Amino acid sequence: MSEAIRLQTPLQERDLTALQIGDAVLISGIIYTARDAAHKRLVELLKTGQDLPFDLRGQIVYYVGPTPERPGQVIGSAGPTTSGRMDSYTPLLLEAGMKGIIGKGQRRPVVIESLVKNKAVYFAATGGAGVLLAQTVKASRIVAYEELGAEAIRELVVEDFPAIVAIDTQGHDLYQEGVKRYRQEEPTR
Amino acid sequence: MREIDASGVTAAVRRLCIDANNLLEEDVMAKLEEAIPKEESPVGREILEQILNNDRMAARLGMPMCQDTGVAVVFVELGQDVHVIGGDFIEAINEGVRQGYRDGFLRKSLVTDPVIERKNTKDNTPAIIHTQIVPGESIQITLAPKGGGSENMSEVRMMQPSDGIEGITDFVVDRVRRSGGNPCPPVIVGVGIGGNFEQSALLSKKALLRPLGSLNPDPIWNPVEVELLDRINRLGIGPMGLGGRTTALAVHILAQPCHIASMPIAVNLQCHAARHKTAVI
Repeated sequence: MSEAIRLQTPLQERDLTALQIGDAVLISGIIYTARDAAHKRLVELLKTGQDLPFDLRGQIVYYVGPTPERPGQVIGSAGPTTSGRMDSYTPLLLEAGMKGIIGKGQRRPVVIESLVKNKAVYFAATGGAGVLLAQTVKASRIVAYEELGAEAIRELVVEDFPAIVAIDTQGHDLYQEGVKRYRQEEPTR
Repeated sequence: MREIDASGVTAAVRRLCIDANNLLEEDVMAKLEEAIPKEESPVGREILEQILNNDRMAARLGMPMCQDTGVAVVFVELGQDVHVIGGDFIEAINEGVRQGYRDGFLRKSLVTDPVIERKNTKDNTPAIIHTQIVPGESIQITLAPKGGGSENMSEVRMMQPSDGIEGITDFVVDRVRRSGGNPCPPVIVGVGIGGNFEQSALLSKKALLRPLGSLNPDPIWNPVEVELLDRINRLGIGPMGLGGRTTALAVHILAQPCHIASMPIAVNLQCHAARHKTAVI
């Protein structure tokens, strides 16, 4: 694989438009966690014109519900969850200024269109690599919805969090392109 | 007749929850290692390396390999000459899950009711418990934590007998194709055929427990497993669905007799964190 590109949050437009599908990146800075239940609440706030519990502009949202940390640990295992469940919420968050998403798995066309329109990028992290990814998390604090437990919104400070550009600002989709590249015809039966 | 105290069942289940989530079995590690030199996609190779590193770190640090520590699926083979004393057997298993998920710092991922409230039960119970009465005077417990990502990509279909083996194999390949990266490939494909509606689903889950690299005990299914693995790995899905050759590590089929009118089939997908541990009391 080619040398990884270092990214710092909040993300700058020129950094994002330079990224192409298949690029390896190492993300550093603040990122926010949110999965199913938190998304539902964030979108309700946006739909009723209320402020979000954190400033989303230029930021990355990471779809993760970590395991509880042991005493002395920053965070427990913290790998990505399936992104598709957030598809119906994602365009509204992109309209509100979100510039990056970390998750796993393919997105529906409505998300890809919104990523292009808002010049944002979808990064794939390795599902099931919860321990490896947790090592890049240097600080963690809950910023909203503590009662949701693993689904609370956390502000994470990450250092060199490894991910791959899965959908770029031009709308290229590695979930489609990658599969096309490696698909082989079946032997005739 | 042998008496076994319920507290022994709880202690065993507690340990199994923690070990299953932290320590990946050697057969899965070996298959992941084998896959790396064969993977043509550089992104795919990088992902496989990350997975192996992660699983080794999990064992070393005593952390769960994946944050989705799953629903606790418990397969019990209860010897018919065992008398469980000192408590309710099913409650003893659930208490073991409660203690294991608490003491192992595992994620509690169950909600009270599936639709209306969806409030976390906060202790990862109730477990899904499958009990079989067998000869003997011991209790064998296998604990298989199952994550949501791969379980969500699973399916049962009531096929017609005339659909034949082509219908079966096309359904399995298509189920994997439609799942793409969602079930965290490379996956293990559990296929249950026959029985009836609910039995086919149970067979597909049980099929996942067979050690990787072992032959099917019923030799008529070996060539079908080989053909399916080849077809699945031609799909191009690859590690995490980002393209590549390693889409599945294995296909396991478990079949049993069924009604003359029926041909039920179930596919249960298992992510690469193929976790299960067994204890005998």
